[in-house]
Amino acid sequence: MSAILELKHLRKNYGALAVTDDVSLAVDAGELHAIIGPNGAGKTTLIHQISGLAPSDSGQILFDGRDVTRAPMHERVRAGLARSFQITSILPGFTARENVAVAVQARSGSSFRFFGDPARERDLDAQAMEALAIVGLTGRADVTAGQLSHGEKRQLELAIGLATRPKLLLLDEPLAGTGKEESERVVETLLGLKGRYTIVLIEHDMDAVFALADRVSVLVYGRVVATGAPDAVRSDPAVREAYLGEEAA
Amino acid sequence: MYTTLILVQTLNGLQFGIILFLIAAGLTLVFGVMDFINLAHGVQYMIGAYFAFAFTSWTGSFGLGLLLALPAALVFGLLLEALVFRHLYDKDHLEQVLATFGIILFLNQGVKVVWGSSPLFVPVPEFLQGSIVLFEGFFYPTYRLAIIGAGLGVAALLYVLVNYTRAGMLVRAGATNAKMVSALGVDIRRLFMIVFGFGAMLAGFAGAMVAPILSVEPGMGDNLLILAFVVIVIGGIGSIRGAFLAALIIGLVDTLGRTFAGDVLRLFMDPGAASTVGRAVAPMLIYILMAAVLFFRPAGLFPVKR
Amino acid sequence: MLDTASPAAAKVAAPPPEAGATSARAPLIRREALAFALFAFFAIAPAIAQVGAEGYLLSLVIRAMIFAIAALSLDLILGYGALVSFGHAAFVGIGCYAVGILMAHSVSDLFVQLLATLLASALFALVTGAISLRTKGVYFIMITLAFGQMIYFLTTSLAAYGGDDGLTLPSRSAVFGTDVLENDLVFYYLVLACLVGVYALLRAIVGSRFGRVLRGTRENPVRMQAIGYDPYRYQLVAYVIAGMIAGLSGFLLANHIEFVSPAFISWQRSGELIIMVVLGGMGTLVGPIVGAMSFLFLEEILARITQDWKLIFGPLLVLVALFARGGILGFFRRKA
Repeated sequence: MSAILELKHLRKNYGALAVTDDVSLAVDAGELHAIIGPNGAGKTTLIHQISGLAPSDSGQILFDGRDVTRAPMHERVRAGLARSFQITSILPGFTARENVAVAVQARSGSSFRFFGDPARERDLDAQAMEALAIVGLTGRADVTAGQLSHGEKRQLELAIGLATRPKLLLLDEPLAGTGKEESERVVETLLGLKGRYTIVLIEHDMDAVFALADRVSVLVYGRVVATGAPDAVRSDPAVREAYLGEEAA
Repeated sequence: MYTTLILVQTLNGLQFGIILFLIAAGLTLVFGVMDFINLAHGVQYMIGAYFAFAFTSWTGSFGLGLLLALPAALVFGLLLEALVFRHLYDKDHLEQVLATFGIILFLNQGVKVVWGSSPLFVPVPEFLQGSIVLFEGFFYPTYRLAIIGAGLGVAALLYVLVNYTRAGMLVRAGATNAKMVSALGVDIRRLFMIVFGFGAMLAGFAGAMVAPILSVEPGMGDNLLILAFVVIVIGGIGSIRGAFLAALIIGLVDTLGRTFAGDVLRLFMDPGAASTVGRAVAPMLIYILMAAVLFFRPAGLFPVKR
Repeated sequence: MLDTASPAAAKVAAPPPEAGATSARAPLIRREALAFALFAFFAIAPAIAQVGAEGYLLSLVIRAMIFAIAALSLDLILGYGALVSFGHAAFVGIGCYAVGILMAHSVSDLFVQLLATLLASALFALVTGAISLRTKGVYFIMITLAFGQMIYFLTTSLAAYGGDDGLTLPSRSAVFGTDVLENDLVFYYLVLACLVGVYALLRAIVGSRFGRVLRGTRENPVRMQAIGYDPYRYQLVAYVIAGMIAGLSGFLLANHIEFVSPAFISWQRSGELIIMVVLGGMGTLVGPIVGAMSFLFLEEILARITQDWKLIFGPLLVLVALFARGGILGFFRRKA
């Protein structure tokens, strides 16, 4: 299998504190790769670095055979790297449909068009509705996004990510803040996506991680302490001590 | 002769910078701590000058006038805070612009109604009249030196207040992260009120101090306000230290630029063109400086916010 | 630093959703009813004015329409782009001085002057926008203010063109060598045509693909980056468009009063443009027209009541800021 995303000695400091420290990691095409770790391990920062929201202090990010270490976020997205945010990030004043359609628009044709109503562009609309269908929001398409429930917003964000036709989807705690039913709904959606998309998933919910992941990497104090199949990672003594041990105690 | 001119203009620039600092100090705190755009800060300066005029004519003494003008400016600021500003903290910047612009219109007209629209003059207090010989053949007006001295005194006082008192600590913390301060159980509204009143008094003090050297007239704060904004943006919003440094820089650049831009340009072009271009460029210098600072340091020289 | 909301971001609330293009699906007539009514009023105003105070009223309406154009252009970046430009009067000034300076050199052809206006304002917008848009929030407000002040002081130093005192124009612009614009009624309808044209143009732009990206950036710039847009490019183009339209309003203003002056460019004028937009209701396009009219008419009416009209007008603005969220349009929308 070939790696679609390769991180080489990636590092990010805030002042004297190394939030991510010499992170090297390879994500294979088609896999669902979960990154777990205790709070403050640097998971979200790592996602920010990969997506381009936060610049890296040193190291290298190779995506789809291309060095994107210094590329701005929007270029990485165009190269096929989509992400969701831990704190839901949508366009609250747009309808759900338009939230997704504007993502479709970003990759189909120029947006420097000053005339014509994009809502009438059937192609954009069809693709937007397709993405909404995948996450089960078809019936809520014309609701203003700000009015959706928290779980629906999480689903919407997933649909927005899918609408960019990503080669890799970075998901930053998609279950954060969702209730039991909502989180089951998200897990179900992710199971449906698994295999069709390469996914890097940060998640605190261990049940979800072990149900979904092909491989798991464990991040502790900014360093990768283990990578491997879920069962192997679970029984790794170093991981148990550094991380799972805390929960067992 | 030329050296004397440079020296005099440098001192003038310093004096102007000090006045700017007095205005900018309150503005940067109000802006930094409360995230509040107060266009009406310039009229506080104007009100201070008018108070100085009124109390000086009433008591017949500039010293007494100044002494009365300060608490009056403070009370006036607190009154404005209670009537208007308090209700604007939670509004967005545009609504703040709208309201404080309205206050400018009102007060600029208000002083016209009360004091008339012609410029008023406040005599320089007797013991500060005349000039001081700084060294052989170099005179400088005593009163301007007094402004520099008083301004530096206030700057030192502010430094102590902000760095070594509990209120000062809260103000600094508030400028960095207002939410956190209120989470600590501090009555943020009261803090705002104190900061606001204090800032108004400083601006009023600046107005009162310049009353004897400038004419007191409606709208005198409007352009000073913009300069104060330039100062706090260059210094970094919320930073007293930044405001102090930037105020001196702006004061010097503006004063020296207006005097010497033509002369400097003469080194590169013929005299006629140099003086024309110099006159055009001089008033723009500080804005060019500001654009340049923001280009290289988008959050000013001493960014406070994290 | 990594928060999706930048800490230095200006606190600029997005207008209520019904003000945005979400209402784009409503029938054209209903959605634009207010705009049509306003334009109809403008169209028949000269007929009414004939009966009443004639030239004076006509002149006031012309001025209202010209400032409506400037306010409309500001609304594109302020209301739809959340970019609080505090130097917009500079573009009006550039339009004024393009006319004034060319006139002073005996170039009186309307098309040449208009072309110069649009080119100069586009260039100024491109350069200053490219720099300003690197900053965010209040810093953007202040840097646009700085550029506005630069143009202001530049014009005060143009001794050859009147300096501080301004410049009186010998005549209005010539159309194909004729002085047809000297007829006030012709000029009136030219201004009205420009207003309607600008309104239609901006309505199309905010509803287009481009407008959608601009509105999305207003709502959440990080989200827009995360789906592959570079907000900077769209904001810059919007800034240039707004600058050119404001330049057009300056072109008309100079022709209207046949006089240009640095006073048109002072920061207070930029503040007034912001106030017109906010007063009427930003992010609506109709709002700026209502705002410009209200501002100028109110000024005129109050000035008739008392010489100290600002004593009333100032507190009125404070009240609007405190109690009329969404401006005049928002106020009535809530009542309805």
